[in-house]
Amino acid sequence: MTAYQIWFYIIASMILGGALLAVTARKIFRAAIALLVSLIGIAALYYWMHYEFIAAVQTIVYVGGIVVLIIFSIFLTHNPGHTIEEPVSIREAFAFTGCFAGFAFVFSLLNRYSFEQTGDALNHTMQVADVGRALLSTGSGSYLLPFEAVSLLLLASMIGCIVIAIKIRTHK
Amino acid sequence: MIDQIPLTHILFLSTALFFIGAYGFLTRRNLITMLMSVELILNSVNINLVAFNRYLHPTIDGVVFTLFIITIAAAEAAVAIAIIISLYRKINSIDPEQADELKF
Repeated sequence: MTAYQIWFYIIASMILGGALLAVTARKIFRAAIALLVSLIGIAALYYWMHYEFIAAVQTIVYVGGIVVLIIFSIFLTHNPGHTIEEPVSIREAFAFTGCFAGFAFVFSLLNRYSFEQTGDALNHTMQVADVGRALLSTGSGSYLLPFEAVSLLLLASMIGCIVIAIKIRTHK
Repeated sequence: MIDQIPLTHILFLSTALFFIGAYGFLTRRNLITMLMSVELILNSVNINLVAFNRYLHPTIDGVVFTLFIITIAAAEAAVAIAIIISLYRKINSIDPEQADELKF
């Protein structure tokens, strides 16, 4: 076993362990920290695949943005040390069976399928300049229209968040 | 190099992550933890796209798709948290079963 493989299994156990804790922990703050570990593991997996740019984006947006947002909302809605309710046991049994069956099904499908490469993908290196060019040009293999659509979506969701969460003072 | 790990191992990882997220979404009784499970599901999809791009396809299409998904997930999380805080102000709880304001 080489160092490359050992790193993959360390990262995989970090991702799955963090995710399992995030969905089962009874303390909500602990679940948020486990989610943080899992998301950092995913950033490490991108780094392991030599996509440094996407690893940086994952770290900034998820670890620095979404997890902080979640922790803020926990502090706004819970007392510290609050324990979340146990799941309804019949529902938990159904969910476990369904998820396990789904996992086994997809696992057996993946085991039987052999993926074929199109071209020399393993030696292809990504330049960040390529991403910028793809996002801001027209023609085949470029994404100007989705880029603009996403910018409009971000603007709409920003206004929507302010409108939903604003507290209207009533003067008496 | 990266070909020491077959593509299917990464796909097993993302499948496991997806079903862990689905399990959490089905069993949690708290809107914030349900949102965390949705984030796990979205991340498993991102792992799939990036891994396919790395192993099979010598362009950057998968990376660009992942960038768009990360952006949309951030917008979705922000809106969801705004809704959760607004709901908490109204009914003083974030249990989805008590949120029956729109029920006829």
